[in-house]
Amino acid sequence: MFALVDCNNFYASCERIFQPTLNDKPIAILSNNDGCVIARSNEAKALGLPMGAPAHKFSSFFRQHNVRVFSSNYPLYGDMSQRVMEVLRQFTPEVEVYSIDEAFLHFDGFAHYDMEAYAQQMRKRVRKWTGMPVSIGLGPSKGLAKVANRVAKKFADRTKGVYVIDSEEKRIKALKWLPIADVWGIGRQHARRLALNEVKTAYDFTQLSDDWVRKQMSVVGLRLKKDLEGTATIPMEMIASPKKAIATTRSFEALITSYEEVRERISTYATLCAEKLRKQGSSCHAVYVFVRSNPFMPDLPQYRNGMLVTMPFASQSSLTISKYALKGLERIFKDGIQYKKAGVMVTGIVPKNAQQLTLFDGEDSRHDALMQRIDQLHRKYGPHKIKLANQDLSRTFKMKQAHLSPRYTTDIHDIITVR
Amino acid sequence: MKKATTLHFYSPDTSDEANVWLAGGGISAGFPSPADDFKEVRISLDSAVVKNKAATFYARVAGQSMVGAGLDDGDLLVIDRSLEPTDGKIAVCFVDGEFTVKRLKVAEDCLWLMPENEQYKPLQVTKDNELMIWGIVTHVLKAV
Repeated sequence: MFALVDCNNFYASCERIFQPTLNDKPIAILSNNDGCVIARSNEAKALGLPMGAPAHKFSSFFRQHNVRVFSSNYPLYGDMSQRVMEVLRQFTPEVEVYSIDEAFLHFDGFAHYDMEAYAQQMRKRVRKWTGMPVSIGLGPSKGLAKVANRVAKKFADRTKGVYVIDSEEKRIKALKWLPIADVWGIGRQHARRLALNEVKTAYDFTQLSDDWVRKQMSVVGLRLKKDLEGTATIPMEMIASPKKAIATTRSFEALITSYEEVRERISTYATLCAEKLRKQGSSCHAVYVFVRSNPFMPDLPQYRNGMLVTMPFASQSSLTISKYALKGLERIFKDGIQYKKAGVMVTGIVPKNAQQLTLFDGEDSRHDALMQRIDQLHRKYGPHKIKLANQDLSRTFKMKQAHLSPRYTTDIHDIITVR
Repeated sequence: MKKATTLHFYSPDTSDEANVWLAGGGISAGFPSPADDFKEVRISLDSAVVKNKAATFYARVAGQSMVGAGLDDGDLLVIDRSLEPTDGKIAVCFVDGEFTVKRLKVAEDCLWLMPENEQYKPLQVTKDNELMIWGIVTHVLKAV
């Protein structure tokens, strides 16, 4: 048996746990830089607030409908996510964290369990221990667990947040209810093509021939079909692989034209990538830099370019990675362009201790000690206190986060107050 | 002669959190430190106080309503949400739009939130009140 556990309105729920007055109130969460709406509570959805709504265009809408707006508070969301996953691991050793707010669980040897009661117990414990409301769908495959989860959520009053597909009758009923566009793994294009072939529901999809599905949607589509038919074909992916690439990219608050300013940004992003590398104990062999103008302002001269710079040795030093990122920037920077976005991505990631030693061309051995010291100071005094000289020292915070909630669980100065 | 076919390079974990015993005796060519045979993990306040990591949260006390129970203004509370709220426990509750910390007193048809300071009145919670018991206080950390 498989289960899909999904947190209800995860970001909004994280905020509500520490501000219970917001229960039943409309909430919107904004993207990095407070750009657009990336998450909404049910109440905000009911008001007709669209996903991706640009924040500056909706400020009067927010005011008019009393929508509480938050900047995204990733330290809080990340910690709450970990807590939820920790509780889930008590119920089965096989947990695949699928995203920040959902996980697949596999139950092997639970044949004599009342799975509905077990799932209710799971749901109650997550709610009590962490405060997070979750919905759980169960079925004989991951695909069907996902379908069951939609039923559990949609008919929460009747299902009490848990739905089990454990009979042929329930399977067919659920598949006939689910529109094809809402089936997990069916992209918009496939959904459109399927609709042209009179495939309107998940059930219609399972009635197609295997050959047709394989031809039109490759083996991935066929696997999905088998999963929905009740044969578990999509496997659990339990091992979280170390990140293959790490990127830091940002849109600028305002358009930037000067080389010095872009250079400062690139240096900062490279430093952030290096910090992420050191955190996971890796080094990188190459660094990719890119810049681009604003494609939404077609009247301005348009330009985009990127470049991959291969380093002579693997490094996790902010100094080295920043140096090579700036070498790349030198080559791609063009005058007279108003830049909107830039980014740095590091690839060729290897564990630090798997680095090849080179005799003449290695990392200056003093970097290691220096970076360790910098990381220590950042842990002690907060991030981004120490900068490279080509970073802007007066710039203390790059992101616009006007509506940020406290970091209730990751900063001792931000914990709740009780009277 | 046996030849080594692989070489392993290890790098030290220098994080502050590691509970490792530091062999501070230095390395000398003479006798080893007699303490080396008795090494143990250093005491961690976290593992002594936090019984359930996923369910543990922290809060700061504001005000004097619980001074009798040893909760002073500015103290740090350790809250375990997994514990059951029973009679006599000190709990963080959410009542009337505010977080409050009080001792629970279970009566037959209602619940009392009991302050431990004569200047504060007990709060009776009936079915009409909206109350959320947010978590149970397990420890108080205070600076002296």
